[in-house]
Amino acid sequence: MLIFTLRRLNLFIFTFIVLTALSFSLSFLFPGDALTNLTGQVNATLEQRALLIEEYQYNSNIFKQYWAYLTHLFNGELGVSISSHLPISSEVINLLPATIELSVVALFIAMVIGIPIGFIAAVNHEKTIDNSILFISMLGYSIPIFWLGLLAVFVFSIQLGWLPSAGRLSLVYEIKPVTGIQFFDILLSKSEYKWQAFQDATLHIIMPACVVALAPMTIFIRLARTAMMEVLDSSYITAAKAKGLTFWQIIYRHAVRNALINVIRHIGLQFANLVTLAMVTEVIFSWPGIGRWLIESISQGDYTAIHGGLLALSSFIFIVHILTDFIYAALNPLARERKHGA
Amino acid sequence: MKAKYMSLNTIKYLLITAFISLLTLGCSNENTTSLSTKSVIYCSEGSPESFNPQTVISGVTVDATSHQLYNRLITYSGDNNEVSPSLAKSWHITRDGKKITFYLRKDVEFHHTSYFTPSRKLNADDVIFSFNRVLNNEHEYHDISGGLYPFFQSIQFNSLVKNIEKINEYTVRFTLNRADSSFLANLATDFSVILSEEYAQHLSKLNSQQQIDRLPIGTGPFKYKEYRPGSFIRYLAHENYWQRKINIEQLIFDITPSNTGRLTKLLAKECDVVAYPIAHKKIIERPDLSLNAITSYNVGYLGFNTTKPPFNNKLVRKAISYAINKEAIIDAIYFGKAEIAHSIIPSTSWAYDPTIPKHEYSLSKAINTLNQAGYPNGFIMNIWAMPIQKAYNPDALTMAKLIKSDLMKIGITVNIFHNYEWSTFLKLIADGEHHAVLLGWAANHPDPDDFFTHLLSCSAATQGNRGTFWCNKQYDSLISQSLQTTNLNKRKKYYASALKIIEEEVPLVPIAHSKRFQGRSQNISGQLLKPFGGLNFEEVNKN
Repeated sequence: MLIFTLRRLNLFIFTFIVLTALSFSLSFLFPGDALTNLTGQVNATLEQRALLIEEYQYNSNIFKQYWAYLTHLFNGELGVSISSHLPISSEVINLLPATIELSVVALFIAMVIGIPIGFIAAVNHEKTIDNSILFISMLGYSIPIFWLGLLAVFVFSIQLGWLPSAGRLSLVYEIKPVTGIQFFDILLSKSEYKWQAFQDATLHIIMPACVVALAPMTIFIRLARTAMMEVLDSSYITAAKAKGLTFWQIIYRHAVRNALINVIRHIGLQFANLVTLAMVTEVIFSWPGIGRWLIESISQGDYTAIHGGLLALSSFIFIVHILTDFIYAALNPLARERKHGA
Repeated sequence: MKAKYMSLNTIKYLLITAFISLLTLGCSNENTTSLSTKSVIYCSEGSPESFNPQTVISGVTVDATSHQLYNRLITYSGDNNEVSPSLAKSWHITRDGKKITFYLRKDVEFHHTSYFTPSRKLNADDVIFSFNRVLNNEHEYHDISGGLYPFFQSIQFNSLVKNIEKINEYTVRFTLNRADSSFLANLATDFSVILSEEYAQHLSKLNSQQQIDRLPIGTGPFKYKEYRPGSFIRYLAHENYWQRKINIEQLIFDITPSNTGRLTKLLAKECDVVAYPIAHKKIIERPDLSLNAITSYNVGYLGFNTTKPPFNNKLVRKAISYAINKEAIIDAIYFGKAEIAHSIIPSTSWAYDPTIPKHEYSLSKAINTLNQAGYPNGFIMNIWAMPIQKAYNPDALTMAKLIKSDLMKIGITVNIFHNYEWSTFLKLIADGEHHAVLLGWAANHPDPDDFFTHLLSCSAATQGNRGTFWCNKQYDSLISQSLQTTNLNKRKKYYASALKIIEEEVPLVPIAHSKRFQGRSQNISGQLLKPFGGLNFEEVNKN
């Protein structure tokens, strides 16, 4: 386990260096002055600029500049946004929880629906049910998410009027952000209307989360199906059959659990996909998350926000990867023994 | 290994049960009435720049602040928008019209908020503070927020008001340099709000004067709670509002700049009221939504350069007036979102006189009049179409094309000039390069003088930016006489005579008064739109 942890730590450090080097080089690749792109200080006076040059070592060689940049990063300084003049770090801290909330709920929906359907398909291998599940999952995977989002708004908000079309919570409710995760904040708040707010927040998250969940769900279906089929082919299942266990006992006691392990391994990989989908969905549903903010920053040419936001998002995805690796290792001792790769 | 499985599964089950129980718990708590029935959400089109309408002129800011947070000394009310009491319960004007004394109400409370608790009610000091801030360049608060008071500068308030004095706690007297009956109308506009002097003193002590326009304190029906630029404004009902009990608890401005976004939110019931809706048909079709419209105090017109022949001949101008099919223009350019203009002022103004003959669309009359004028074979003219969009003229170029085809029928050939930058365009118009020009005027306040003086007086003619260069001594004396009296019946008579002169002389052809629209849910009641200036949510109710 120690070696496993050290390997992951090693990987983390190297990936982090590559990430920061890339984001550092972005400030030179963007149009305009590199120092302005990095700090977001557009209208700095001469003295302020001299101070910034000193701080970021802009008269020294590129390695010292990079080191100065890293030092600022570790102090949580990502510069200020060119358009709103707010510090990027505070913007990220305010916006990232909304994206995490959306992604986690979507992941939950994708797993809770996708995995059982995949198992059903595997159990009914090469029957009509299996084929139709595969067909539908292929269809679901191919649907462009921006189109699906708009269609969902049209049907469920405009035509049926069941679900709200935009935002995270009706503006009617006043919830103080404490953790940034809205559901926790609502539960922590002392408002007499917190149960109404909770219901409202639930209604708000259903549609965007389902839209985000669709594509990963189809992937989970196929992963779960393959994993289950592998397990059902294995010899211990045959042994269990020979012992006279009923079909459902075999599935529940042996097959499901062992198949799940293989699916969990892929959750980390799916998370990156999920966050990308969430970014597009946030724009459609006006979800106040980091994806919408990043896309707005791109259209406003807010370079500080772009590279700060990208860095924050990619480190977040990377941390999730490593975490799922650990969860997988904790659940599956075989993985810990493996010396190379994950 | 097995134990770990179990724990994972147990966690999952726990999560699911917790989630479901939370939802059901929410349902069991239904006895407290839902907060959303006590809140009104208005989807507005933009973020306000300030919370003090004295300092700005933009419609978004006025909508968001003026009638929600503040009151004025006097206000407009009734169908004809006549001046009536508000914070001042009555007023007295001396015979020469130069001294105006206001008697204030004694029961007006300011907002109690988290950032300021007033210790007294409204009195004369507040009124004097509010106006001295604008008038006195030396005033401590004059230059806070930039020192610009665009509305007051446009009406030359500084040169009109000599001084303001406190007679006693609840009496204030304005002394004017000259009599001006539009003075009262100006005091009743969205911009002439009354601030709290006590709050200003409090801020001076804290040395944070600039807060006065950011964290507002007023006497209006709602008080400030929270504002996030680009996102929302939250107002709470002012529980001690002097005029009436406010029916709702919260008023929220959901800032939604996108037209389709506002429409979606209205259709999905996320907004109770939306500003400037699109897809009017869709809104009318839905039984649970309604569309309100109000004719704004503006006019889009075709102005003639009355110094250039043949337009110095009033018969030619009249002929063109008969030849323009205004109804077709309203349908094509305003998509029906406008009212046909028969005179320069809208029919909702008290100065409007329905007995004055209207120039109906009639080709035969047009041809006859043109023959009388001595142009049986027509002539060639140019029309300059304004190059920008305004509410009173959303598409001047197409309007010019429609007029061109109308005039073709009576033998007049039209060339259209359009491709100029707006300021160059105005300069060329002021130089008199044109024969006729499509322009418009939007009023700042409902006093009809705003139209009569700015559009057609001799002083407007010499400035030249209205495009007519029309100066009629009789008309001028009528409108200045009307400004010198405060007797409404007399003023009506003067303006009726002035309108009659316009009808005979046709210095311009009024085309349309555009309308302002608002979409709302059926369960929202109360008159929110005003024909001029901002919204007012005071009477709003939700059931």
